[in-house]
Amino acid sequence: MVEEAKGVKIVTRNFGVPDSHKLATYRARGGWEAFKKATAMAPTDIVEEVKKSNLRGRGGAGFPTGLKWSFVPKEARTVYLVVNADESEPGTCKDRELLAYDPHLLIEGMAIASYAIRCQHAYIYIRGEMMREAKIVQAAIDEAYAAGLLGASVPVPGGGTFRFDVTLHRGAGAYICGEETALLNSLEGKRGWPRLKPPFPAVKGLFQQATVVNNVETLMNIPAIIDKGSAWFAGLGMGKSGGTRIVCVSGHVAKPGVFELPMGITFKELIYDVCGGIPGGRKFKGLIPGGTSMPPLDASEIDVPIEFDALTSDARIKDVEVKAGVPFDMGNGRRLKTMAGSGGIVVFDETTDVVALCARIMRFYAHESCGQCTPCREGTGWLARVCTRLAVGQGHAGDVDLMGTVANGIAGNTICALGEAAAWPMMGFLTKFRADFEAKLAASTATTMTAPARQVAS
Amino acid sequence: MALEFSVQAKQRIERLLTQYPNKQAALLPVLHLAQDEFGYLPDEALNLVAETLQLPAAHVFGVITFYTMFHREKSGRNELMVCTNVSCMLRGGYDILHHIEGRLGIKAGESTPDGCFHLVEEECLAACANAPMMICGDRYHLDLTPAKVDTVLDDLRKRWQERAKQLPVGQAPETTNTGVGPHRKF
Repeated sequence: MVEEAKGVKIVTRNFGVPDSHKLATYRARGGWEAFKKATAMAPTDIVEEVKKSNLRGRGGAGFPTGLKWSFVPKEARTVYLVVNADESEPGTCKDRELLAYDPHLLIEGMAIASYAIRCQHAYIYIRGEMMREAKIVQAAIDEAYAAGLLGASVPVPGGGTFRFDVTLHRGAGAYICGEETALLNSLEGKRGWPRLKPPFPAVKGLFQQATVVNNVETLMNIPAIIDKGSAWFAGLGMGKSGGTRIVCVSGHVAKPGVFELPMGITFKELIYDVCGGIPGGRKFKGLIPGGTSMPPLDASEIDVPIEFDALTSDARIKDVEVKAGVPFDMGNGRRLKTMAGSGGIVVFDETTDVVALCARIMRFYAHESCGQCTPCREGTGWLARVCTRLAVGQGHAGDVDLMGTVANGIAGNTICALGEAAAWPMMGFLTKFRADFEAKLAASTATTMTAPARQVAS
Repeated sequence: MALEFSVQAKQRIERLLTQYPNKQAALLPVLHLAQDEFGYLPDEALNLVAETLQLPAAHVFGVITFYTMFHREKSGRNELMVCTNVSCMLRGGYDILHHIEGRLGIKAGESTPDGCFHLVEEECLAACANAPMMICGDRYHLDLTPAKVDTVLDDLRKRWQERAKQLPVGQAPETTNTGVGPHRKF
């Protein structure tokens, strides 16, 4: 673990400060200074600085942010910045707290990003269920307008002005709208159906214009990068991932919570040192490393750091299999381990009915599939039904392999990543906890419905 | 009966339209506004929104039915959104849901006959570190236990009944959840 990163707080630095959601508090703690510094720079220099910082998207895919910004065509006339605040990946609760505690840090990050990509109007797409956060963010936007930080003529050093508007847009309850192109369709007043890519949003996004879509946490890192420099930020991180990482730990741990931690911390340290271990002296069974769409890890795999690349390539993590001995092929022979995802870590102990847990996850994706692509629309339903009947002790012979086959038929064959979001954890659970599934199947003739399974089935 | 937006709602729509390059983009905010105003979105409200934004009613119908937060039918005013997704499930989310079902005598997806409560089994509501949890209005109820749930339900019903007393007979009061509730301290 990088020692310098211990205890460093970037995006959670104002947590716990009274009235941290107010502009006066934010300014008193050095807010909007980075914006001044940024607007004295050339926009292309800001993009370079963000590139050098190794900042990677915190929404789930971990794509380098500076690189994403540099995809905006130079000749683009209208450029939009869209903030993805549609946090709905099960197990993830970081953006909601970030929005509630420090909305001005987001607005400043947006202002700097907009200056860098020449955007004049940015939208924050906030999840519909987050009514409380929507009120807080709207109040913060109103405060920033009143203070002249947003509007038709924001002064920049050197005497010029910069037009920058921010609109808060509420979703209405659809997980798929966290997918960036579905989000853009939803923002345009349509059903949240993902679009085929290419064209990528950077070329043709919102209202058919060049668009950058960034996660809340990603943009909240920008002021610190400008303020303290890309070298400092990159130095905090590990490998090709700069900065710190926010994780939300839930499930069977003594102290669940949202923590800002060094990239290099391992899952084991996280569970036992930060979160106080498993309650009741019970044994650890497994965890979901980054929201339920990521393949789980078992007890032999938790000495791995939470960093993006470690989770996709560390040799200690097993390859996900379609069925016993047949590794899943992501295309061109690439193997799947797991991914850092959204940082939502769900820990479960030895008492957990893993099959029921998996069935609950599958039911979620079946419910949230937008219905556009057949493999996902039909396949997620199959997975949910087969896994549920197995969970309630009514499995049929061959069900375990059937689930692997169906999942393999979804992954890679859909417009957006929701297909993988259901297929990957299904195959992952089968790979890591196959014995649990086999045991359920073996016991299926008897009436062995566990309480959690009955709950999921009802 | 043809519905009309109130004067305030009309002003808000005017302002909304200045924030988007076309009228269609204002559909979700206008639907939220219509639902706040009429309580739910029957055909009359759907047509009113379609006319206001000059959109085909079929498009508006498609959008309303795609998103889970838009209601086509009248439901209880205090919407209890109880999460049962994995983080909550592992910490007793289903027990909370079943406790509420027992207390109110309804199943998830139903409203109480008096119109006070509407119960929804929700997917992850992004408060996983404080599971099990539920949202009512803009208020988060975190780290729930059956006893805590009882207090919340009693309190909501009491406030709702007090409001009901002040209204003409037959008219249901609005939701009572407008305050921003206490939140987890760091």
